[in-house]
Amino acid sequence: MVSPTEQSAVSVRGLTKRYGEVVACSQIDLDLKRGEIHGVLGENGAGKSTLMKVLIGLVQPDEGTIDVDGERCRIDSPSRAGSLGIGMVHQHFSLVDELRVWENVVLGEHERLDAKHARGLVTSIGERYGLTVDPDARVGDLTAGLRQRVEIIKCLRRDPSIVIFDEPTSVLTPQESEQLFEVLRVAVEREGKAVALVSHKLDEIRQATDTVTILRRGAVVDHGPTNRFDQQSLAQAMVGREVSLRGDQAAALGLTEAVLAEAGAAKRRPSSTAATVLSVDGAVLGRYGHRVLDGVDINLRAGEIVGIAGVEGNGQVELADVLSSLVPLSAGTVSVDGRVVVTGRAGAMAVAGIGMIPEDRHDAGCVLSMSVAENLALGSIGRGRALRRMDRVAMRNDALRLIDHYEIRCAGPDAPFESLSGGNQQRVVLARELSAQPKVLVASQPTRGLDVGAIEFMGEQLRAAAHDGVGVLLISSELEEILHLADRILVMHSGRIVGAMDRSNANVERIGLMMGGVTLDQMADATGQHV
Amino acid sequence: MSDGEDQRSLVARFVARFVTRDIGVMIGLYVVSLSSALAVSALLVAGTGGSASAVFAALLDGSLRSQGAWGLTLTTAAPLLLVAVGTIVATRAGLVNIGQEGQLLIGTCFSAYFAVRVGGPGWFVITVALLAGAVGGGAWAGVAAGLRAWRNVPEVLTTLLLTFVAFPLLTYGLRQSWLLKDRDTERLNQLNSGEKLPAKVNLPDLDIFGNSIDSGFFVAVGLAFLLTVMVGRTVLGSRIDMLGFNPRAAQRFGVSAGPLSAAVLIGSGATAGVAGAVLLTGSAASDRLVFGFSGNFGWDGLLVALLARNRVMLAIPMAFVFAMLRTGSSFLAATGVDRKMTDVVQALLVLALLLPPALLFIRDRRRSLAPSNPVVPLAPIAVEVS
Repeated sequence: MVSPTEQSAVSVRGLTKRYGEVVACSQIDLDLKRGEIHGVLGENGAGKSTLMKVLIGLVQPDEGTIDVDGERCRIDSPSRAGSLGIGMVHQHFSLVDELRVWENVVLGEHERLDAKHARGLVTSIGERYGLTVDPDARVGDLTAGLRQRVEIIKCLRRDPSIVIFDEPTSVLTPQESEQLFEVLRVAVEREGKAVALVSHKLDEIRQATDTVTILRRGAVVDHGPTNRFDQQSLAQAMVGREVSLRGDQAAALGLTEAVLAEAGAAKRRPSSTAATVLSVDGAVLGRYGHRVLDGVDINLRAGEIVGIAGVEGNGQVELADVLSSLVPLSAGTVSVDGRVVVTGRAGAMAVAGIGMIPEDRHDAGCVLSMSVAENLALGSIGRGRALRRMDRVAMRNDALRLIDHYEIRCAGPDAPFESLSGGNQQRVVLARELSAQPKVLVASQPTRGLDVGAIEFMGEQLRAAAHDGVGVLLISSELEEILHLADRILVMHSGRIVGAMDRSNANVERIGLMMGGVTLDQMADATGQHV
Repeated sequence: MSDGEDQRSLVARFVARFVTRDIGVMIGLYVVSLSSALAVSALLVAGTGGSASAVFAALLDGSLRSQGAWGLTLTTAAPLLLVAVGTIVATRAGLVNIGQEGQLLIGTCFSAYFAVRVGGPGWFVITVALLAGAVGGGAWAGVAAGLRAWRNVPEVLTTLLLTFVAFPLLTYGLRQSWLLKDRDTERLNQLNSGEKLPAKVNLPDLDIFGNSIDSGFFVAVGLAFLLTVMVGRTVLGSRIDMLGFNPRAAQRFGVSAGPLSAAVLIGSGATAGVAGAVLLTGSAASDRLVFGFSGNFGWDGLLVALLARNRVMLAIPMAFVFAMLRTGSSFLAATGVDRKMTDVVQALLVLALLLPPALLFIRDRRRSLAPSNPVVPLAPIAVEVS
């Protein structure tokens, strides 16, 4: 029935994968064709990752069939996937920082190490796809965007006919994303590959793909040529209800234009005269011989939201760690309300009034094995005399109040924290941090892994906190989130704040250049030359 | 009334901890593993030419049935329990202290030094001896705590290795009359042995039904209760749990890992040291310090802690079972079976008690990782071939 030219490179039918009670993928059909970029769109938890892990052989499905080039096959390991011509560029890098680019590219291959050949390989693949990178550079010295190039070259060197990109733009500046899409175009048009682009951002899907499959709660809700859909219909299919494409929802869906238009239209707030609640001055943090924070200055006033934009891995994690009392600064100071806080001393930042919504809740944000009530009371457990009685009645009553107020869905105050869903765990963290009445609230990648509803809730809470006079520091690699929420935007690169601008005159191109390390002075020079 | 509610919820939580939906499986597994351990033990006894029933009877006679036996068993349980309770608290704080044998030995040395030198009424000297034991054991664990705080040396290594430093130190001390050597020059065989404790420095006994129970047992049980309250009812206990479960969260909320883990490690060394002092001043071991005095009480106490799995109160029955094996083994000679057989039985028993929770843990992990329907193959390969 299907002509050979139209035959799918990969054809998935009726794929189902359950984890206990949870159905991650349910009866999914997917066709990846040669010469086509196929978008896989869905919210967090829609089943995109599970589906891709099945294709790459990391997860075994419970039901369903997979045909590769018309042959029924069973992909039981990543190496089997490799021999079938399926390659994947993962969201998280699997590179060795200490090694050079060419070394990383040939790492894990069962062949004699030939440096000259490997260098040539890096250069030739780079030329074929427009992925220039110095084969002798140390990977640890490269920016996230270049590291991703290395990862892509590593994937392409086996010349796979089917390439999967899992949320590739999360580590890229807007300009780098554009370049990546060009690479994908080359791969499908000149090299005749089949490409799958996994994303939760509408703009990306509309901009870069030919066909789209939309997943919701583990099932395919719609699919077809991308130009058949407009923003509204894509968004509705993905979220499952009417969405406004404005405000929190636009930010959550990655609609840069809409967010930017709103930001520009927003009334320019008179520059705040409120008191400075947080000031970070010349913060330096050395780690493994180089400076991960290299003289960071931040001024945050009561009632404003300041966003720190930047590609991941430019010092944001370390900044959040410092503000959580997890590490001491090598130089510089942190002051809250004008009083200097000792960095690295257990609990000092929390006592001084810094609340923290951490990037990874499970890292320093909670104790998984303790109850919900105990997790809500971590702050008071850490404070005061050690040998006083644990007032479990008061703790329980506080917990009941917070569970009610923040609509935390759980079996009760005594439920183990680990039994809660991710969104509800995040609510527990939020409830604890806000109920401590902080002067400063640091939200580090607060919406990562949440669905659109939960993202909206988070946005509301951050705005409400700012309205109540809390200074909010929003650290995020989602540019739309920053553009949407922040009154002022700082851009971080290589452990430094390289630029600042107000929300009302935000400019995606400029922010993108800064995220890539171009400073305002350099921009001025560049424009100067043109004149 | 609010206190009543608190009580109820505590009781409910306590019951809920044991009544899980796996309770049937759990009990079944324990029955199977314990009876297999006993069966293997019986086979071994039969293999070495003994009679299993005679051995079992002898063990019971020695530990419970004969005159004064259960008093002696309780007395023997005391040092095991003391070692175990400190270890359990350390484990809850995320520390792995496995050097109790050495800490107990150094504690005994400190205790012996002061017990024969300090003058005064018996109760006073006994108190000094017990405190000296705590200081000695705590100091020995303190070396490990210091190395951990200073250079981040894992305490699992230092505590273990320090045990093997403690033994030659004792040998050295027993050769120096200014330290631990017997100063009674009248005695013929004074080589390598410490001074006999004066009678007044013997822990008083409690006599019930012809059994004399060393007061060391009450010290141990009292400490177990105290630590249970500390762990479950005070903020300090919650901080220790917090540190054990997630040290980074602890740091963020004001619980500094350095001082607290050092304190807990030193504390667990101190209880091992007190165990040594109780052994010395009590009636479970000799009343003079000799080489190898610790007699594996430290190691066995560690096993008791391992079996009690984070619950201080569970250590009491566990310590009693281990003490039964110790006192019971003294009656084995009459059956013609080697005393060492009890070590084998003890090891089998430890395995039998550890296996069920381990099996359930593995099963739960498999369940959460495995596909829900692993039997159905993805592609009907046979169909392809035909």
